[in-house]
Amino acid sequence: MDRLAQALVALVLVPLATAAYVVLAERALSLLPQRRREQARPWLWLAPGLALLVVFLVYPSLQTAALSVFDAGSTAFVGLQNYAWLLGDQQFLVTLRNNLLWLVVFTGVTVLLGLTAAALADRVRYEGVVRAVLFLPMAISFVAAGVIWRFVYDFQPAGAPQTGVLNALLSAVVPGFEPQAWLVNEPWNNFAIIAAAVWTWTGFCMVVLSAALKGVPVELLEAARVDGATEWQVFRRVVLPMIAPTLGVVTTTMLIFALKAFDLVYVMTNGNYGTEVLANRMYKELFNVQDFGRASAIAVLLFMAILPIMALNLRRFRAQEREGR
Amino acid sequence: MTAATAAPRGDWAGLVRRGLVHAVVVAMALVWMTPTVGLLVSSFRPASEVARSGWWAAFEPPFAFTLQNYERVLTANNLGDSLVNSLLVSVPATAIPMMVAAFAAFAFAWMRFPGRDALFLVVVALLIVPLQMTLIPVLRLYNQLGLTGSLLGIWLAHTGYGLPFAIYLLRNFFAALPREMLESAYVDGASPVTVFFRLVLPTSVPALASLAIFQFLWVWNDLLVALIYLGGRPAVAPLTVTVANLVNSLGQNWQLLTAAAFVSMLPPLAVFFALQRYFVRGILAGSVKG
Repeated sequence: MDRLAQALVALVLVPLATAAYVVLAERALSLLPQRRREQARPWLWLAPGLALLVVFLVYPSLQTAALSVFDAGSTAFVGLQNYAWLLGDQQFLVTLRNNLLWLVVFTGVTVLLGLTAAALADRVRYEGVVRAVLFLPMAISFVAAGVIWRFVYDFQPAGAPQTGVLNALLSAVVPGFEPQAWLVNEPWNNFAIIAAAVWTWTGFCMVVLSAALKGVPVELLEAARVDGATEWQVFRRVVLPMIAPTLGVVTTTMLIFALKAFDLVYVMTNGNYGTEVLANRMYKELFNVQDFGRASAIAVLLFMAILPIMALNLRRFRAQEREGR
Repeated sequence: MTAATAAPRGDWAGLVRRGLVHAVVVAMALVWMTPTVGLLVSSFRPASEVARSGWWAAFEPPFAFTLQNYERVLTANNLGDSLVNSLLVSVPATAIPMMVAAFAAFAFAWMRFPGRDALFLVVVALLIVPLQMTLIPVLRLYNQLGLTGSLLGIWLAHTGYGLPFAIYLLRNFFAALPREMLESAYVDGASPVTVFFRLVLPTSVPALASLAIFQFLWVWNDLLVALIYLGGRPAVAPLTVTVANLVNSLGQNWQLLTAAAFVSMLPPLAVFFALQRYFVRGILAGSVKG
């Protein structure tokens, strides 16, 4: 098998290449005088990493920004025309609305559920099991999660036995319930997809917040309880402020993910029935419409939406770094 | 149980509250498990049963379970090949970034040079850049170099995309190593290469393991990068791409679709269960790949 040969070659060559690179680099360095050697060494160690970062992240990003002001075939300069067209396109405005829904609903629900799960599971002995169960969906791909939830939302006409869990459950519990095509009914189908994403990521929030909760000093809590505070007050006045930084990290992580959502929408509806999100629209502009200018503009808009969120994160990151010194 | 959430008990209200906590927790766990259980059960049911009734009916007589679905998807639907492809993509795409990042992280952690901290900040800042900002130019480059649809192309792409997180994670770990350990090695005349391979790497196994699992799961479960750079050629398509295509072509054949999805889930689940500890540690390292 040709691919197997390729992979074997890679697995042998890569370590060899690394070793060779290091050996050659050190040889080259030994030719230099001592002082120069110490100056040059870091750059040789950094070189492969920096080169890859530039080739795959830095330079392409600049190019994409440039492409966004050119036309579909990237031949004629069109200024901000692509952006204007997008913001005037009804479908694109629906896309923006959907991303907003993701931002608010997905982030809010996952963080809330994760916090609840972390706080409640903390009080039971089988906490480890609960955490594993909630965390498990993180291990599977969104393609698999998409299949799982498409199946949950499966729809059979009224009167026929239901094969999807949701329709079956509601039919059994709610009198006179009509089976719904959850992935088709606009705009609620967005929430159906978001629910699948919440199922996947709540476990992550729970794990991180659980670690933060366990880091709250016992003395503070005891002091508050001795002072007569109720459990809820203890949680709100003592625990929440202490886990605020972690809450911030978790929330920003979820926000960024909400903006980048692609796989789930691709597998569950492919953006049809008004469920399109930015990443999917870009994919379609790139491969179906083949309009590179517009696709790049969408990418830039996505990036600009992420920037303010990340700026917050970076500021906290630098504060941490300064503290750590 | 930690003090953060423990409460003084011993009265009726406390008992009700405790019961409520258990009820909510158990309910959440059940809700979370149900979708996956549904998938698993359906994958063992014959087509006739799947179309007629919900998967919970499989637990009533007549009991009709079959391995046919798995047989069918592994052979006729190309899943066996895709499984191999996923491995061929994921393993090198994990090993290469780990090595490249380890070198860079060591330089950031233990070598002094002008602009070191600023450069590190830039590298971490690159975590922001969404894949979408890089797809078109890199795809064009690959088309020119003939790397589209090649394994090498996707290995390099995943390496580039994975480096910011990998360098961040490893650098933080390396920087926390005891200074004396490294300095005494240098005093004994060791070169940086020796210190790196004989001292730093062996003591960094937990961090390296966390990174390996993270990167492996990320690459194995990736859809977008594979779609773009492997170009949907069935010969090189990994599991995610193949299963995604099956959703369109198999439609209502849930017995096959669920089997296919489960095949794609097994390896990462196995890795996850075996090495959960390291995975969680990687997440708690303070940053998440996204």
